[in-house]
Formats: sequence, C-alpha cells, structure tokens
Amino acid sequence: MISNSVKINRFKDRIFKWYGLLSTTIGVVILFVFLYTIIKEGWDRLNWQFFTSLPSRRPSSAGILVPLLGTFWIMILTTIIAVPIGVAAAIYLEEYGKKDKFASFIEVNIANLAGVPSIIYGLLALEIFVRIMGLGRSLLSGAFTLSLLILPIVIVSTREALKSVPKTIREASYALGATKWKTIWNAVLPSAAGGILTGVILAISRAIGETAPLVVIGAMLYITTIPTHPLDDFSVLPIQIYNWLSRPQKGFIENATAAIIVLLAITFILNGIAIYLRNKWQNKVKW
Amino acid sequence: MKKIFLFIVAAGIILFSCGVKKENNNNQLKGSVNIDGSSTVYPITEAVAEEFKKIYPDVKVAVALSGTGGGFKKFVRGETDINDASRPITKFEDSIAKTNNIQYIDLEVAYDGLAIVVNPQNDWCKDITVEELKKIWEPAAQGKITHWNQIRPEWPKEPIHLYGAGVESGTYDYFTEVIVGKSHSSRGDYTSSEDDNVLVQGVSSDKFALGFFGFAYCEENKDKIKLVAVNNGNGPVFPSVETVKNKTYVPLSRPLFIYINNKAAERKEVQEFVNFYLEKMNSLVAEIGYIPLNEEETKKVKEKWQNFLQENKSK
Repeated sequence: MISNSVKINRFKDRIFKWYGLLSTTIGVVILFVFLYTIIKEGWDRLNWQFFTSLPSRRPSSAGILVPLLGTFWIMILTTIIAVPIGVAAAIYLEEYGKKDKFASFIEVNIANLAGVPSIIYGLLALEIFVRIMGLGRSLLSGAFTLSLLILPIVIVSTREALKSVPKTIREASYALGATKWKTIWNAVLPSAAGGILTGVILAISRAIGETAPLVVIGAMLYITTIPTHPLDDFSVLPIQIYNWLSRPQKGFIENATAAIIVLLAITFILNGIAIYLRNKWQNKVKW
Repeated sequence: MKKIFLFIVAAGIILFSCGVKKENNNNQLKGSVNIDGSSTVYPITEAVAEEFKKIYPDVKVAVALSGTGGGFKKFVRGETDINDASRPITKFEDSIAKTNNIQYIDLEVAYDGLAIVVNPQNDWCKDITVEELKKIWEPAAQGKITHWNQIRPEWPKEPIHLYGAGVESGTYDYFTEVIVGKSHSSRGDYTSSEDDNVLVQGVSSDKFALGFFGFAYCEENKDKIKLVAVNNGNGPVFPSVETVKNKTYVPLSRPLFIYINNKAAERKEVQEFVNFYLEKMNSLVAEIGYIPLNEEETKKVKEKWQNFLQENKSK
C-alpha cells in the first residue's frame, strides 16, 4: 500500500517535471520562431540609409531616423520624470507611511492603476498635459503620459526591493545613531539599488513599446524635423511599425520587420543592462 | 597679424556666401502645417508632404493619424490646421466647431473603392447584388444566414465565413451605411480587423470566405484573393480604377477628404501646402493605390478652394 502511494507520488513528480519543461520550451520556441521570421524578412533592409532617412511614400527610400530619435528622447525623459517620483512614493509607502486605512486605500489604487488599459492614460494625458498644461503634442507630453503608465510598476518594484532589505541592516544603522533619513539613504537604498534599477529598466522597456496612448495624444507619424527640444513634435518606433504593417505595399511590411528588429534590439539591450546590474549589485551587497 | 587678417577675410567670405546662398533660395516660406486625421488618407498626405518638403524645406509639415473621428475632435477645437477624413464631418462635430467659432472647407482629394472578395478556390460566387450583400450583413442575419445557398439557391450548401473591417474604422461606417442602409449597424458574428492585411490573410486561407476591404489591398494581393463583381441593378461591375472613376462601380466607392480650418488658411504656408496638394494629388494618389479624381472634378475642387480663399480674404 505504502509503496504504491510512493509510486504514485513519484509518477506525479515526474509528470509535473515534464509539464514544466514543456511550458518553458513553448515560450522559448515561440520566441525563436518569431525572431527567426522577423530577422529573415527584415535583416536585408537594415542599412545606413534605413537609419538616416525621413519618412517616404516609397518603401525603399523610407527610414526610421525621426521615430528612432523620438524613442530615445522618450526613454530618457520618461526615466527622468518617473524614477524620482516613483522611488520617492515607494520609500514613503514602505518606510514612513503608517499601515492604516489610508495606506491600504493608496495601495489598492496603485494596484488598480497598474491594470488600467494604456489607451485610458492617453485620453487622460490628452486632456491634462496637451490641453490644460498646454504642452501640445510634444515629447514632454509623451514622456509624461508614459511616466504615468509606468509609475505603478516603478512603485511596486521599488517597494519589493525595499522589503527585501533585511531588518538587521536598518537596526544596525539605528544602533549607530543614524536618523531615519540617513538610514534610508546610506543603508537601505544602496542595498535595494539593484532591485530598484531592474524594476525601472523593465518598466522603461515596456514604455518604449507603447503605441496607443501616444497615438491618442497626437504623436506624429510624418515629420521632417529631428526632435532637438523637449517641446518638439515627435514620433516613436511602435507607431511607425504599426502604420507600415497596415499598408498594402509589400515593401512597407519589410520596413516594418526591420524596424521591429531595431526596437527588439533596444529592448534586449535594456533587459541585458537590467540583468547585469542585478548581478553586480547582488555580488556587491553582503549581509 | 597676417593670420588674423586672413581669418577675417575667410570668415567674411563664408558669411557672404551664406547670405548669397539664402538669397538664391527663393522659397523662403517658413512656418508649420499641423495635420491629423484618418489613417486611410494618411498615405496621400504623407506623399504630398514628402514632395512639398523638397520645394519648401523650411516649412515644417507634421502629420499625425489618430483616425477621422479622433482628428476631428482636435480640428473642431482649432488645434490642427488640416484634418484628413475618410467620411464627411458629422452634425455633432460640426456643432462643436460652431460653438468654438471655427469655420472650415472640405476638399475631395481621391476615391477609395471597397472590394468584395472571395477565396481563389471559390468557383461559384462571381458576382453579387447589393440586396444580397444586405441580406448577408444586416443585423437580422446574425446566426441565420450561415450558408452560401441561403443567399442564392444555386450556390453550394456550405458554410459562409465573413471577414470585414473593425467597427471603429471609417471603412466599417461607410460599408454599413451603403449596404445595410444604416451607419454603424451590422451583424456581429464576423471576423473583424482594423488591419486590412489581416483580412487578406483570412480570406486567402479560407475557401468559404467572403470579405470586404480597401481596393488598394486587392491590387497588391491579386494572387491570393478573387474579386467579386457588384451588381447595383445595372449589371455586375468589377472594381477598378476605371469603374470607380467613371462612377459605374457603385455604391462601394467613397470620396476621401481634407478639411482646412479657415484661420489656418490665412497663413501663407498652409495656402501653399493646399495648393501643392491639389496640384500633385492625382499622380501621387495613383502611385499609392487609391483612385484619383477625374479632370472635371479636379478642376471643381481647385475652384472651390480658390473661392474659399477669396471669401476668406474679404472677411
């Protein structure tokens, strides 16, 4: 009887192992098939001309100069806006805030915000940033919009990173007579930095893939001027890709796949940096 | 001392040549033209802007594409100069424009044909009447009209699979208005997509498919799908540049517009841009896959624009 149930359990164990392996492979295989088809179709289109040209009705002379620069601008501005606010909010909630009804109300709201469809942020931003604040259809409007979108992610991941700092570190700091702020600045934040940065970078790589909210606030597709100023008109890669994919001419589809490769490369580089930073900090911090 | 003198001379020459260069450029027009609106009209405006830039490099033309409706929302508040539109402005949108004291003019710039298509293996459906299309697509057909032989008895007793534009697109509004008789009303059980390339894929891989989408997409995918002639009571007509142009392919061809704000039209760069648009559109439209206006219509549109400019000036 006993040996029988052991057998069953071992069998279940093996089944689950194979199930897990299968699930993992499905994800990886799909990713590779996707990468293979994209690279096969778009690789030849990636040349100097493609990176340095303005939009055009002829697929072969169209390029991604403006949306590529727009994406970089958005990336940098969004980081500058969202990170200080998000990290500060997380520090408040985690370190200073009392665990009362108000705190749990805020917490529920942040969790809800993380689930709001991105187009809703676009509508909100159109009214607040574009119209009331008068920023127009500018890079700054776009960056504010995407900052709103990723704030919940930054806050949640920062809180997780802060939570993972052992209590002993804080107590050691207090024992040496440090104030609360000194403890946070000198002991807690450095220990949590790896986790915070990872969260921030993952949030940014989500932001640069967004199309819908930027289309709503009126991001351009065709502009001939390179954005040089936060109040300039702009376009970003996902919008360009979306438009090219919906065009009837085959050449535009090829352009779209090439632009997808560029966008993927940016995302992979960002994720790579996130992994690198995480490993570096994990090795540096020893409790 | 000598060096400084040489430097000054060199600097002088450079500055002078810059000045000359600028004077040589007789298109000193500056400013910006702000455009938003339909993604169907976008390719035309993009092409015009591309050519415009070659002649007027200092005018900044920016085109966004938040859809006909999304674009009008901004246009009626005076936030954009020109709106690309794949349907006329609605009464509601117009009333907002009035309250904001905004006047405008609409100009036809091209035609877009909607094609009815089936799979290349479909050997029975060669033409279809408007009534038959209505029978298939009207809301009452939902769940009832499910087989080809229900539409025409001689067609096989096989299931019919429908493909069409998504409900948010101007294409859908137009199709339902002319086929069903009421805009924005159709059966819901069909495969819909805002992206016509997805519909092409669907129809090309489904023997029992029937779909509708933009004519430009058929030209590019001739080998994958088969056109169906549409009969509006005067015999079956295939969609083509010719039949849309001479108005025999009815009712599934629609005009595309640009709307221009009258205050913006006072600005020199906007005037030039629209002039240029009307001048170049016919050749560019053909290149993109839409159908150009005929000569008479082109002339009328140009006159309409000139009259508008005159009236605008005298105000």
